[in-house]
Amino acid sequence: MSSGSRTTVRSGEVLPDVVPSSRGTRRLGRAKARPSWRQRFELSLLLGPAIILFVGFVIMPIAVAVYYSIYKWNGFGPLNDVIGLENYRRAFKDSVFVHGIYHNLIIAGLSLFIQLPLSIAIALLINRKMRGRGFLRLVVFAPYVLSAAVTAVTWMLMLQPGGFVDQVFKNVGAGGLRQLWLGDTHIVLYTIFVVATWQYMGFGIVLLLAGLQGIPHELREAAALDGATPWQTTRMVTLPLLGPTIRIWIFLSMIGSLQLFDLPWIMTGGGPAGASTTMATYLIDKGFRSYEFGYGSAVAVILFLFCFIFALVYQRFALRRDTEGAMTRMAG
Amino acid sequence: MTSRTKRTTALRSTRSRQVAAISIVAIAALGLSACSSSKKASSGASSTPTSNSSSTGAAPSASGSGGGGGSASAACAIPSSPVTLEWWHNANNDPGKSAFQKVADDFHAAHSSVSFKVQPIQNEDIKTKIPIALQGTPPDVFQQWGGGALATQIQSGKIADITDCSKSWIGDLGKSASGWAVDGKQYGIPYDYHVVGFWYRTDLFQQAGISGPPATFNDLLTDIQTLKSKGITPISVGGKDKWPDAFYWENFVLQECPKDTVTKALDAKKMDDPCFVKAGDDLKKLLDAKPFNDGFLGTPAQQGAGSSAGLLANGKAAMELQGDWEMAVMPSLTQDKNFASKMGWFPFPKVDGGQGEPGAALGGGDGFSCSTKAPAACAAFLQYLTSADVESQLVKANAITIPSNAGAVAAISDPTLKKVQTYLQGVTYNQLYFDQALPTNVGNAVNDAVSNFFAGQGTSADIAAAAGKAANQ
Repeated sequence: MSSGSRTTVRSGEVLPDVVPSSRGTRRLGRAKARPSWRQRFELSLLLGPAIILFVGFVIMPIAVAVYYSIYKWNGFGPLNDVIGLENYRRAFKDSVFVHGIYHNLIIAGLSLFIQLPLSIAIALLINRKMRGRGFLRLVVFAPYVLSAAVTAVTWMLMLQPGGFVDQVFKNVGAGGLRQLWLGDTHIVLYTIFVVATWQYMGFGIVLLLAGLQGIPHELREAAALDGATPWQTTRMVTLPLLGPTIRIWIFLSMIGSLQLFDLPWIMTGGGPAGASTTMATYLIDKGFRSYEFGYGSAVAVILFLFCFIFALVYQRFALRRDTEGAMTRMAG
Repeated sequence: MTSRTKRTTALRSTRSRQVAAISIVAIAALGLSACSSSKKASSGASSTPTSNSSSTGAAPSASGSGGGGGSASAACAIPSSPVTLEWWHNANNDPGKSAFQKVADDFHAAHSSVSFKVQPIQNEDIKTKIPIALQGTPPDVFQQWGGGALATQIQSGKIADITDCSKSWIGDLGKSASGWAVDGKQYGIPYDYHVVGFWYRTDLFQQAGISGPPATFNDLLTDIQTLKSKGITPISVGGKDKWPDAFYWENFVLQECPKDTVTKALDAKKMDDPCFVKAGDDLKKLLDAKPFNDGFLGTPAQQGAGSSAGLLANGKAAMELQGDWEMAVMPSLTQDKNFASKMGWFPFPKVDGGQGEPGAALGGGDGFSCSTKAPAACAAFLQYLTSADVESQLVKANAITIPSNAGAVAAISDPTLKKVQTYLQGVTYNQLYFDQALPTNVGNAVNDAVSNFFAGQGTSADIAAAAGKAANQ
């Protein structure tokens, strides 16, 4: 409500002579925006289903998870063993979980510094007019179409010692680089990152391609006429204009990294010795596998808070510029 | 099929996607169903006996396969009013799937008042579906592996105590059926049994000049060196799945600890006897011999030719410590149609100086539990399912390997499996796998500790302490 009224003022209304105390503006805003009964009916008709779904499938579950998280509960029998914040304390004392958080952050960091530049480079390449461009785009996007479970099993089989990947290394004369891809605690996380990149990069590239399409050709042309080299054009014109897309990509990628589950779960089960555990695999392992639903809920809440806080901060500082116009228009 | 056969074949694209999408939602969906059902749990228990006593008259003669008898028969008779049993089992592939369907169809043909809604569910799936169903409305007949997990599930108040209804015939299933009892009350019925031992390649042993299977741990260590010197990988193990690792430690425990110590420790969820640490030391000796396949920490147990089962089936490893189900797992992992003839089996070798009970074995089995909704019809059905005739039929259909009913043993045809079965009959006690015998969270903690040990992390003492630590959490 208050943000609504603020935007009403901001969007260029003629202000009344009265000093716009916050109370005053609010009353003003309400008076102006008071919906008729018909509007109210329409609003509830149109928003109702979405709100019910949102509350039922997002808000409620979170509330219930928070509620369970203060119990020691194995999923059966009554909820009667309140242990307060003990579950949370236990999570942060468990080195497997703490390492799981690190692993999530490592994956997030690698996505940002390896996956993103790589995606941008490939997107720029296949945005050029050339023969077989459609085919290339298809190839790049194809892995994303596969379900994560299929990807994980396929790669798990290919990465076994002496498997497909090792054979390829051997046949190109790089046999010395072979590793125990899934069996070495120092390597397994990076192996999973490579597979995740293989799977999800196509999506990022398509997103960036769409962004590139939205950049008017004239701008590049003008830059070229002014004597900019192709590199300068890319750096000074294309990339800045690609900013909103990149920021959205980062947002999706970070959330995805924090929630990473399918690939490590199926490829390694979080092992060996917890070396590829993520917050989500830990949550499922404890919650569903060990029948510790109270503890699992606490881990779920922690994971939620990570994502939520990241999302809020990111919205506030990074995405604000991109969404500002839309927000104000919506409120008006 | 067998529980462990498909213990890992799990892909469950649907579930993992769901969960991955937003894990919160998963926990919460569960929460919602639990919310709506917690009231029912408390009131539900009292309703069952009355509903059965109403239909006393007609039934005793109806239980064709030698039924009920005795004082319990009134409450255990098949009700004459129509009842539909929802049956969840994990044989979601043939031959098990159609074999179980046939059992249900035959039973319905003999007892028209009992109909079935059979739901085959993938093994890993069923493990998460049952706990969730027990928070709401469980199926009437469902997969049950007994032990600590069963003890945990009973707290839902929705699993029927079928002690009375099974009294007259449970003896046919041998003493291992006690694995499905909690505090002397029968909450489930096993239809097959398992035992863990070494499967080995007779051809590779021959090639290495080893005359016969090792009888003692020291023999095993010698054989490992011999095989290695011939460039043969001695043992494959599916370390990714953790429980194959745990089989080693558990077997060493059975070698080092007297039966009493093991049973008491599992009951108390506390392994503070020094023999548990000694078992870890034995395991260290084995690990130091480096007998395992390359990258065994990431090797799955049953998926693909590179899995531990696949390596054995393809002659890329000489031994594997696994359950009897391995013979059912391997055919799909190799192109060698003749591999079965190259397979041999020997029990876990004796550890010199160990205090363990001679002839102790590690194993388990598959079974079913009844919900409190229709326990009489369910128990009668389980009696039918585990009868010698039906189990023989299941063995012949390759739906089960080692039947729980001794009367069905003659149906086993594979000579090696016969040998395994003979061994199983002779064991002094068949200890349920620790991860199944202990409450689930404690069992998993033990598996985790052993698999960390395989990865070179932790000490023998850490493994022994894992159970107690998890139980107190």
